[in-house]
Amino acid sequence: MEGSLLRPSMVTISTERVAMHQAHYRATQRAKRAQTLLGFVVLVLLVVVAARVGEVDLGKLSRNIWRFPAYIVEIMPTLRWRSFGADLVEWYWGLGYWLRKLGETLLIAYVGTILGLAGGFSICFLAARNVTPAAWVLFVTRRYLEFCRTVPELVFALIFVIAFGLGPVPGVLAIAIHTTGALGKQFYEVIENIDMNPIDGVKATGATWIETMRFAALPQVVSIFASYALLRFEINVRGAAIMGFVGAGGIGQDLLEAVRKFYYSDVSAMLLLIVATVMIIDMATERLRHYLIGLEQRS
Amino acid sequence: MTRLAPSAINGRTEKGSLFADLDGVRRRHAAILAPNWRGRALTAVIAAALAGLFLWGLVVLEFSWLRIWNGLDQLGSFVKLMWPPQYGTEEKLRSYLWAMAETLSIAFLGTLLAAIIALPLSLVAARNVMTSRMIQFLARRSFDTIRGVDTLIWALIWINVVGLGPFAGILAIMTSDLAVFGKLFSEAIENADNKPVEGVKSTGGTHAHAVRYGIMPQVTPVLISQVLYFFESNTRSATIIGIVGAGGIGLHLAEQIRILEWQHVAFLVLLILAAVAIIDVISTRLRFAIIGKRAT
Repeated sequence: MEGSLLRPSMVTISTERVAMHQAHYRATQRAKRAQTLLGFVVLVLLVVVAARVGEVDLGKLSRNIWRFPAYIVEIMPTLRWRSFGADLVEWYWGLGYWLRKLGETLLIAYVGTILGLAGGFSICFLAARNVTPAAWVLFVTRRYLEFCRTVPELVFALIFVIAFGLGPVPGVLAIAIHTTGALGKQFYEVIENIDMNPIDGVKATGATWIETMRFAALPQVVSIFASYALLRFEINVRGAAIMGFVGAGGIGQDLLEAVRKFYYSDVSAMLLLIVATVMIIDMATERLRHYLIGLEQRS
Repeated sequence: MTRLAPSAINGRTEKGSLFADLDGVRRRHAAILAPNWRGRALTAVIAAALAGLFLWGLVVLEFSWLRIWNGLDQLGSFVKLMWPPQYGTEEKLRSYLWAMAETLSIAFLGTLLAAIIALPLSLVAARNVMTSRMIQFLARRSFDTIRGVDTLIWALIWINVVGLGPFAGILAIMTSDLAVFGKLFSEAIENADNKPVEGVKSTGGTHAHAVRYGIMPQVTPVLISQVLYFFESNTRSATIIGIVGAGGIGLHLAEQIRILEWQHVAFLVLLILAAVAIIDVISTRLRFAIIGKRAT
């Protein structure tokens, strides 16, 4: 490779130097390979242990894997070309009821998001390192937010169902608590990245802490907050769809029942409704978020 | 505003005051200082609509002060009964810890399998790798469809295939994460710098070479970091997957809540919090080790 093809000044590189560089390259390469190999061995060990604990049974999987496509086929409705309309009506026989349940699911997600938004918003200014009124306030609020978002919302829902009774109320509250934790964290991270000059400016006029937050911090973050809230609403719609699994309202209860009782075509009908709704909301919130981000960049 | 406006005192301006010529300032910058009535009206209308929907929702979902009050009262008594957290017998403790290990195994294997399967699929869904728009579009939409179905629903379907137990949980986490990883990975690949690709091609490399030596080295750290991040969040999902019978600590938790053993519930919740915190620390460390301090 080297020498003849290169510029004349580089011909002077002696073969010993090339050999030295090559040796160094090989040594580095070897060390890197050894490290990768070590990581790989650790990974394989972990996989073996986890597979034992997780009762992974590849034999059973390969024997029964046909049931997966078979299940998908089974939940498919019988739609014939000749009687397409009638078949469609039969498939979606419960459309009115399901749509009502789906509406309830959306409402659970919405009310839960608004309550969580209120909770997260009222706490985030206290939990942001750069504007918090006191160190102990920061500590307490952060631990509270951590608790809210680490305990899965379905666990809250299970407990709330017993306290508040069956129905959408425990579902809304569970989503609200989880949203408080999740949005609160995202919000205070946004606040920690704001420009501090307006804060100093407003403070210099003798404003109180609340006035400072209102006129110096809030205008910088409000559109990002709205964007995060929309994203959370979309996540909460997915969450609300399964709240019914524990009796906390929405379409989940009917879906679980259909799966458990093998009402096959009902399963596909409801799943399709849920997936379509989630996709529509996904697209709508994404468009809104891009609009909000556009606003942010223009100002 | 009155506090700041000495100009209200007609004609008499304070000497040297910042607001000495407030009237003049108002006159000269009328366009800036005029209240934006249209903007305000729009904000008010949007806020009213959101609040209206919220209140209507409260009514439809059967919220009432009495219900909230009674519920909070009950909740208060539950919390009192939770203290001190207890696990009962030694045998119970062992079964709880085993269930926690199951949960971690579900999260670990589910995430790993999802990542392994998602990698080739994400290449198909990335615009700069897959030259056929049609296939790329199809891959994207199928990711969206799979993502629309929740992990718990996948768990129900997999239980039909491999029976109750943690294996169904692993497969459920794998299925739903497959789609998430597919989307995230393909976005990361599309954001890769195109210059190394051109470099590889200029030396006579094929498209496959360009992907392997031009794109993969750039995105691998990003992908690994995303996988580690999801391992942590999947630990949380794996704690509830037992509620439908797909293994892990969720089954115990749901059972203890149903039989109102609040001390056990408190113990299990603390166990989950501790496990998630430990996984969080480990995965953050690993992420830093792999991608270096610069990317957080």
